[in-house]
Amino acid sequence: MKVQRFLARDRFPSLLERLEEAGYDVIGPQVRDHAIVFDTLPSVEALPRGVTDEQGPGHYRLAASHSGRYFDWANGPQALKPLTFVPRETLWTSKTRDDGTLVFREQPPEARPTAVIGVRACDLAALAIHDRHFLHGAEPDPHYRARRENLFLVAVNCSRSAATCFCTATGDGPRVRHGHDLALGELDDGFVVEAHTDRGRELLATLDTTEVTAEALDEVEAALERAAGQQHRRLPAGSLPDQLQAAVVHPHWQNLNDRCLTCGNCTAVCPTCFCQTHVDTLSLDGREAGHARQWETCFSPDHSYIHGTIIRAERPQRYRQWLTHKFGTWVEQFGRSGCVGCGRCIAWCPVGIDVTEELAALCQAPAPAPGQTPERAPSRAGDSATGDIPGRQEAGDD
Amino acid sequence: MITPHRRPRIAVHKFSSCDGCQLAFLNLGEPLLALAESVDILHFAEAGPVDESADVDIAFIEGSVATSADAARLRGIRERSRHVVTIGACATAGGLQALRNLADSEAWIEGIYARPEDIDLMADSTPIAKTIRVDLELWGCPVNGEQVLGVTQALLAGHLPHVDHAAVCTECKRRQTVCVMVARGTPCLGPVTSTGCGAICPQLQRGCYACYGPAVQANVAALSSYLVDTGMPADEIARRLLFINNQAPPFLDAGREWQARVIQRSGGEETS
Repeated sequence: MKVQRFLARDRFPSLLERLEEAGYDVIGPQVRDHAIVFDTLPSVEALPRGVTDEQGPGHYRLAASHSGRYFDWANGPQALKPLTFVPRETLWTSKTRDDGTLVFREQPPEARPTAVIGVRACDLAALAIHDRHFLHGAEPDPHYRARRENLFLVAVNCSRSAATCFCTATGDGPRVRHGHDLALGELDDGFVVEAHTDRGRELLATLDTTEVTAEALDEVEAALERAAGQQHRRLPAGSLPDQLQAAVVHPHWQNLNDRCLTCGNCTAVCPTCFCQTHVDTLSLDGREAGHARQWETCFSPDHSYIHGTIIRAERPQRYRQWLTHKFGTWVEQFGRSGCVGCGRCIAWCPVGIDVTEELAALCQAPAPAPGQTPERAPSRAGDSATGDIPGRQEAGDD
Repeated sequence: MITPHRRPRIAVHKFSSCDGCQLAFLNLGEPLLALAESVDILHFAEAGPVDESADVDIAFIEGSVATSADAARLRGIRERSRHVVTIGACATAGGLQALRNLADSEAWIEGIYARPEDIDLMADSTPIAKTIRVDLELWGCPVNGEQVLGVTQALLAGHLPHVDHAAVCTECKRRQTVCVMVARGTPCLGPVTSTGCGAICPQLQRGCYACYGPAVQANVAALSSYLVDTGMPADEIARRLLFINNQAPPFLDAGREWQARVIQRSGGEETS
């Protein structure tokens, strides 16, 4: 049953207080180093009140919003990913006993009940994708699970979109639908608070709220519509997996080769990318070892190093791998596209590569080069005049 | 695996350098003391022991080759060392002093020294690997002491050392550092630079200056376009690229191109 109540702005601190009383560490958005990031929230005073963001390809700036609202911005460089799939953690340690045998010890995560305030619809969609991968497989990841099961999520319905947002194109926003405990709709004088889970309803019942008015609900709806209407980036019509498969050989990859830094920033800010690498550390006497995993990117040559060979060693192959996986083969793997339309890969690419534009170009049949026949036959794959990439047969394999 | 009947032996040699990499090693503090308990450190001038001619299991080398005496000494070290590991930008890429490779250094010597004929200088300042075979290269100005320690541990245990080749950006993101390029428009060479430092500069709100050398697939041309967009003039782009690791090929090639543009432009102005 949907429970909706109105929480006056001056009562908003009580939400944090109740969460803390319930034993949660509270994490929320705040301004740090010229961006809105998620970190431990000492009080509502730390929220980015009166701050908004201006985003574009390779561009993110904070600006005054001229409103007293806390959530009058679209999104920052992080989503929930760093809280659940942490950037670096030790998985196990080992020790050599005096008799020369080894003893292994798991290193369980120190997960504490954590409430996150300010989660967006796109973040929740990404979390559902990670849940499917980390929780619902044959071997759930204990580290992810410990953190995930400790989360209490206070989501916010978006009232504005950044220029980089395109969640309406992926169907993941801007309305909060699934995966949260509470959802907020921010108005000037307070919040429409909607409970989605039992513990959300329990917490809501402890707040000093009033009945929600039809006007307040209308205003939240209007804000959602406005946010959706502000989005102008689209994805190509039709099946992206099919179109990308058909574009394995396409001159546009060469264009991307010229622009892509292979820095991996797109994958790091992507809320659904979960590539990792494992590193061992050793004590000086060689008797104790630690095995850690850390974020890795498919743009790093180490990532595809297998037995003396780097697969997809060339720069455009790496971008192609990321894009065709995210929008193409991901569907086969996980039943949906790996993109939730948050636009972070567009904003946080230092050189402003825009996935929506790249996809549009790749889904267009390439103009035949002068003196070339227009067909893109695989038998001519080695012919660089068609903009082909060496090693093309690897595309889409993983 | 180095498990001989005797304790492993280590040497730290110095060539043309500022000693900063030796100091980075020394600054490890306690781990260095622990290391000294399990290995014999036979030569490490900054730390005390001096026995340059010792046979060792691992020779760490700081500094570039600048004189013919350097080259001869280096060959001897290679013969007496099982593993040779270069530490830092000078040893790995020729260092800041290799800027003279790009200039008329003979004219400098004539201009500076009272008796230039006494100066025994090779034509170029070169990385160690130009003179001898090197087993592992560690970049940085200075090198990261933790990284040196990690490599030492790996070599002593007999497995391949792990050296992260990802771009600095990857490390920034692991540390949740906000991108200074995107959020502030600060020129940063992180996307074309190999990590290893721990992404220190962006954490301190400044751009990376590429002291860990080029990332494996550095797209310097694409980054240069970004630098142009920040309003950086061509001569400054050239200076940024031709800096600590000026002899590393991706930086050297692109830096020279930008230098050529500056010369072309100033030449054009003169004729107009």
